[in-house]
Amino acid sequence: MSGAILLEHYLVLGALLFVCGAVCMATKRNAIGVLIGVELVLNGAGVNFVAFSHFNPAFRLEGMIFALFVIVLAAGEAAVALAIVLNFYNNHTTVDVDSAEELKG
Amino acid sequence: MESMHSFLFWVIAGLTGLCAIATVVTDNIVRAATWLLFTLGGVSGIFFLLGADLVGAIQLLVYVGGTLVLVIFGVMLTAQSPFLNMKTSSAEWAISIAVGIMLLTFLCFAVFSIKGKFGPADAQHPVAQDVRRGDAADSDAATSTSTMQIGQAFLGVENGPPRGDGKRVHYLLPFEIVSIHLLVVLIGAAYLARAKKRRETML
Repeated sequence: MSGAILLEHYLVLGALLFVCGAVCMATKRNAIGVLIGVELVLNGAGVNFVAFSHFNPAFRLEGMIFALFVIVLAAGEAAVALAIVLNFYNNHTTVDVDSAEELKG
Repeated sequence: MESMHSFLFWVIAGLTGLCAIATVVTDNIVRAATWLLFTLGGVSGIFFLLGADLVGAIQLLVYVGGTLVLVIFGVMLTAQSPFLNMKTSSAEWAISIAVGIMLLTFLCFAVFSIKGKFGPADAQHPVAQDVRRGDAADSDAATSTSTMQIGQAFLGVENGPPRGDGKRVHYLLPFEIVSIHLLVVLIGAAYLARAKKRRETML
């Protein structure tokens, strides 16, 4: 349990969050579950940004600023996606993403 | 100090990873939202551990306080009993987990193959030179960036000290773009989610 914590440890944590989000997006049939997967992916990216800003002084401000941009854009994305999900639920009375196939060619 | 840092990292990172995995494997959407709450809290703990106090606080405020409440409202508004527990077929689980493990292996391989690029070993690289120059990266006083510095970088004012290469960072244009983006999101979400009054006449 001892030993110095390096950049790689944080990057592996970010990769784990990213993969969990990708698998969540692929397996959940509920549209809100897909949205939860997107949030996990964005958090993995945020962990990477902040880890680089801590371990590399050239990115000290940039990493934090881009993590803040990611958080703000994720909030906007969640608002629009939930509005779309609610609209879809009003029209189809379901939140199953498999039934959203009107645009299928 | 160092052992405390590594102990806290292993505890917080382990809890965060376990909660993220639990978010994926649960079938109940309410439980997935609850596990997401703990995951987001753990990520903010990681941010605090990395010395990014402002980012951790914003993570708690915006994500846990705002985005997660939005998600839970969405769950509550669409919580019909057939949608609470949507089973995924085991074939889809098998394919997804296989692809996920392959992706994780690939990413970990990529992470460990950059080893040395950001250390002092590669002295020719300008980033590595910058690392060597700012060698005080291990002390907390050097890594903690004040909120004022971040705000000045956002607004592009000239008060702060210049960076190592003499350039200043300006993020005024992305800041404005994000502001306009949030305004557009606000209007769009309100337009999309409002109650349709003319739906009878359209149908």
